[in-house]
Amino acid sequence: MTREQRLKKRYAAEKRFRFLGIGAIAISIFFVCLLLFKVFSTGSTAFIKTTIMTEVDFNKELLELGDVKKPTLKQIKEAEFYDVTYKAATGLFPYKNDEEEKGVKTLLSGNYEIEIKNYLLNNPELLGQKVTIELTASDDLDQLHKGNFPRDIPEDRRRLNNFQLNVYDNLVEQGKIGTAFGNYFFFHGDSRDPEIAGVAGAVIGSFFSIIICLMIAFPIALMAAVYLEEFAPKNTFTDIIEININNLAAVPSIVFGLLGLGMLLSVFGLPRSTSLVGGITLSLMTLPTIIIACRASLKAVPPSIREGALAIGASKVQTVCHHVVPLAMPGTLSGTIIGLAQALGESAPLLLIGMVAFVVDVPSVPTDPSTSLPVQIYLWSESAERGFVEKTSATIMLLIGFLVIMNSLAVWARQKFERKW
Amino acid sequence: MKKLNFVLSLLVAIAISGVASARDQIKIVGSSTVYPYATVVAEKFGKSGFKTPVIESTGTGGGMKLFCAGVGTQHPDITNASRAIKSKEKALCAKNGVKDIVEIVVGNDGISFAHSVKAKDMNFTREQLWRALAHDVEIDGKMVKNPYKKWSDIDKSLPNKGIKILVPPPTSGTRDAWNSLVMKKGCTKAAKAAYKAQGIKPKKGCRKLREDGLAVEAGENDTLIVNKLAGDPDMFGLFGYSYLVANKDKIKATKIEGKKPSLASIQDYSYPIARPLFFYVKKAHIGTVPGIKEYLKEFTSKGTMGPKGYLTDIGLVPLDSKSYKKTRTAGTKLKTIKLN
Repeated sequence: MTREQRLKKRYAAEKRFRFLGIGAIAISIFFVCLLLFKVFSTGSTAFIKTTIMTEVDFNKELLELGDVKKPTLKQIKEAEFYDVTYKAATGLFPYKNDEEEKGVKTLLSGNYEIEIKNYLLNNPELLGQKVTIELTASDDLDQLHKGNFPRDIPEDRRRLNNFQLNVYDNLVEQGKIGTAFGNYFFFHGDSRDPEIAGVAGAVIGSFFSIIICLMIAFPIALMAAVYLEEFAPKNTFTDIIEININNLAAVPSIVFGLLGLGMLLSVFGLPRSTSLVGGITLSLMTLPTIIIACRASLKAVPPSIREGALAIGASKVQTVCHHVVPLAMPGTLSGTIIGLAQALGESAPLLLIGMVAFVVDVPSVPTDPSTSLPVQIYLWSESAERGFVEKTSATIMLLIGFLVIMNSLAVWARQKFERKW
Repeated sequence: MKKLNFVLSLLVAIAISGVASARDQIKIVGSSTVYPYATVVAEKFGKSGFKTPVIESTGTGGGMKLFCAGVGTQHPDITNASRAIKSKEKALCAKNGVKDIVEIVVGNDGISFAHSVKAKDMNFTREQLWRALAHDVEIDGKMVKNPYKKWSDIDKSLPNKGIKILVPPPTSGTRDAWNSLVMKKGCTKAAKAAYKAQGIKPKKGCRKLREDGLAVEAGENDTLIVNKLAGDPDMFGLFGYSYLVANKDKIKATKIEGKKPSLASIQDYSYPIARPLFFYVKKAHIGTVPGIKEYLKEFTSKGTMGPKGYLTDIGLVPLDSKSYKKTRTAGTKLKTIKLN
């Protein structure tokens, strides 16, 4: 082999190596894009809802307010809305029998009575007038309008019957079907009606869990890391502790759920299904991760800083508190945020402490029963109604969004406060 | 350190207040088959002024375990079940002081043996289903390890397609009901006799599933099963009737001994694998946790579980009028069941 040939061979080897590297990156980007495309294409429609323009007659007689001259808000609130809502719903289309009547009524969401009532409460001056209101449509109609339900299959396999399809086509012709911002998705708790189900309860539950997780895990992890790194003698005992911490970081999360069930619920008797217990369990899970991150960043502080402080007469505690820990903060913070992001996406341990539950009321304190975002994804993916498919994907989008924000925060914190030596 | 002390004391305070304060919200656990019905009722109930009950889908067996763990607000008030309470569970309840239990029959459900709408209609007998699923079958009087790979191996009239069945996990009440209605009833006499001769309880032997990968345990996620069935026309799965109703554009039920699951055939039990659904209420909690009585009233009212009630819209098969009366009295008068 001549020199040229050997050189050519080495160039070729380098080219192959580079190609493999680019290939690896391309494959991973491809899979991420596939996932994102799937989630975004099915989920993006959940942020808008289908509405039906419905004529509502706020007749005083029908509201049983006929003999009241100037009804107060309280009187309107307690008025009988049955006739008004019934007339509004069934007035969408003329029907012949009970079955068709039900067919017309079920085109509106299960919440239409409350929507009509709230509309009047917000606009009390409309009492006695006929107005056209935008009401939320049922999930079957919603899915049909968004094109997720096929129309060309036999009637007995469709969720909407021929009569309802006819009504829908008529309403579309009259321009009564519209779309609006999906307020329920953001501001409502869980529901069995997909059109009014929302993630507010899950978002608040996740928020409480993460805050509790931070409050417990961060101080304990920081103290443990500082002691182990700065004060502890290097002997077999501390070596065993170190091995154990590294081990715990790799323990499957479900094990921490069992710990939460056995300790927090059974021994301490904390309330089941609450974000308080969820937060404590998640803090146990993220503790080792944060300790490892904290220790790594403490280790990265150059010894000269410590020696300098000691040389001018600072005590060991002063050295650590005034110099080492503040300088290690960027790494500590980003480690903590990444640990919390991991906790935010966790659902397995929550299963065992009862947070995988149907919770309608949005929690107001950490001791209220609640779910969390990943749990909500799991629950909706399990529901039979088709409307939940897009809600599931939309919740995944939301969760990915939160994770991206938290991870960028970690990067930002590290770059902003980082000191170069 | 001050911060740490503060955080710890705050947590202890929250913990103590959480334990001390009485629960003002009904807690329900149990079957994933009853879950869709219970959640709809709970949501409606929550709009009537009470707090909406919290419902966990734990499977019938898991729910019974939690329910029977004791009396007190840390334990659930109600457990849903897709089969009747077992004597073992009754004993557990009695042991832990849960003495007064009210049994409510919610309605009927037909276990649907379903496949993709793209596949050809089929009809199975229970014996054929048992032969397709059992670990050991008897052929010409001899017990052998299940040799059937294709449906046509079991019976010439069945199609020449591979056997592929998704079954729910053992903690599921649907699986229990399937075991007693199909695996036990479909088990041939010769096989039962052979098990007896070996000293194995026929009930236990007959329900043992084959382990060669043709019957797959698929977990409690019924929607996942529906999607798998829709993607593979040769695959079969089993679940409650409500999933069939909600996904009728994707899947259809096979006939069992000539009968399709429908409102009528499930209600009069002419569909061979129909079963009642239940929930059980801890009487000791009535009065401690507000709303249990009212929840029972709402659930057992005609507008809810009657022939035209809103639960029928999502696939519950209502009780006949005689059973309805019985369950309504149990719900309003709080009649308890015997524990031994």
